[in-house]
Amino acid sequence: MKSVELNNIVKTYNKGEIKAVNNVSFSVNKGELFGLIGADGAGKTSIFRILTTLLLPDSGTASVDGCDVIKDYRTIRKKVGYMPGKFSLYQDLSVEENLNFFATVFDTTIAENYELIKDIYVQLEPFKTRRAGKLSGGMKQKLALCCALIHRPNVLFLDEPTTGVDVVSRKEFWEMLKTLKQQGITILVSTPYMDEATLCERIALIQSGSIMMIDTPGQIIKNYPDKLYAVKADNMSRLQNVLRSNEQIKSCYSFGDFHHITMDNVQLTVDNLLVSLQNEGLNDLEVKEIIPTIEDCFMNLMSS
Amino acid sequence: MELNKDNNKSLSNAGSQLSVEREVVIKTDKLTKRFGDFIATNQITFEVYSGEIFGFLGANGAGKTTAMKMLCGLSKPSSGNATIAGFDIYRQTEQIKRHIGYMSQKFSLYEDLTIVENIQFFGGIYGLSDQQLKTKSNELIETLGLQKEANKLVNSLPLGWKQKLAFSVAVLHEPRIVFLDEPTGGVDPITRRQFWDLIYQAADKGITIFVTTHYMDEAEYCNRISMMVDGEIKALDTPADLKQKYAVSSMDEVFYELARGAKRNE
Repeated sequence: MKSVELNNIVKTYNKGEIKAVNNVSFSVNKGELFGLIGADGAGKTSIFRILTTLLLPDSGTASVDGCDVIKDYRTIRKKVGYMPGKFSLYQDLSVEENLNFFATVFDTTIAENYELIKDIYVQLEPFKTRRAGKLSGGMKQKLALCCALIHRPNVLFLDEPTTGVDVVSRKEFWEMLKTLKQQGITILVSTPYMDEATLCERIALIQSGSIMMIDTPGQIIKNYPDKLYAVKADNMSRLQNVLRSNEQIKSCYSFGDFHHITMDNVQLTVDNLLVSLQNEGLNDLEVKEIIPTIEDCFMNLMSS
Repeated sequence: MELNKDNNKSLSNAGSQLSVEREVVIKTDKLTKRFGDFIATNQITFEVYSGEIFGFLGANGAGKTTAMKMLCGLSKPSSGNATIAGFDIYRQTEQIKRHIGYMSQKFSLYEDLTIVENIQFFGGIYGLSDQQLKTKSNELIETLGLQKEANKLVNSLPLGWKQKLAFSVAVLHEPRIVFLDEPTGGVDPITRRQFWDLIYQAADKGITIFVTTHYMDEAEYCNRISMMVDGEIKALDTPADLKQKYAVSSMDEVFYELARGAKRNE
């Protein structure tokens, strides 16, 4: 049995004017850490809301932990944990009161499932009498995760848990997810940060309501159709203009301190390219073949 | 306005080639903001040059937003001094507001006005004449290729387009400095890069860019970066020099090295 399964799910808004989810199908295995990778407006939140029974699809079927999202919505709500993108705990209840509240709603106690949240909750314990609204961003995120876990769900839905969070806190958060995965919980997580994709076992790359590719990050990178090169010069802005006006260059995108390019290999070699760039008056040139990142793959799929 | 003749360091790392004589457009001296016992921004001193793309980085809660509010003339400092486009941060806040542009991921345009209405509204606020407004809005719509959408409501545009439009509106009155608070958050990777093309174009026109971001590849696109930790500026240099100093190969690692010791977060 798949832990999460979607078949041809469609969701539109404004009487069909906006197609948020466009015929989406995928499945998540039991105990898998699965990532939904895409920008704002790609349809990630609509998919999460359909799976957590908060939104009805226009058409298609979906199940979570063997239960249908429409018929068995009550059962699903008992079995899943959901951390929405927007902080949704009670701001004027304390840390402890929030956690107690969610435990009570799910007919359990903090003590009963303490083992599951222990590693995260110990970091919150010094502030347990503080109101949730007064917590720092990182602490709010940790409390929300504890509340989503307190009834020991079979499937955990995390909608953009790291958006707007700095590099250090993001690293910490992914460490927590790894630990949770070891407890056998299926985790479906969404993120707009492409670099986080490699931390998932499998990912779906999603854009404008449609899934462009589903696979392991490693396989998606292997499937990149071209040789990819990183190019650097003394004047990066001019380098970009020169590269973009060269018809033998198929794509050129800035990537930190390099530009990533693909080229028409039949006609152009690295040596030829170097010569032509030198002739344009560019200095300190560096060209090297590189392994694509998920972001390279994503942009390639977007433009193809 | 003050000319800084000493600093002629060539900033070859990013887009625009900058001239030798550098005019200072942001100058702060021990700028501080306290909230009771809490020192949100602690004696920050730095300069930003005309036409420069300046990355203002830091962990959550490091004090970036507080500092930015002071620089925009929206919040009075507790102590220290600063001039923005030559105007005093205590006494000339209205002048400051007139000479800067601002956009963020959260507040940008009015969703229930059309694209043209937004351009006219913001242009009007910044005192452009009817004639200027007409020319500028036509120019802007053409540059962004939004001819067909010009009379549609902003909320019908995809996020990436909204952000590009918001940026163009923020620089419509040709401010000395534009403040960008996480302008590319949540935007897809291709649009994110197109957004940076707009930033370069503005910088080439001499508009100074003051930008915050959580994307470390974007930190590389800046001429210089400052890193705030616990209210203080812990590092300030070109991305290349910072990477060399910390002996790492990416800005991601520089950020991690500097921010992991942070005691407070938001």
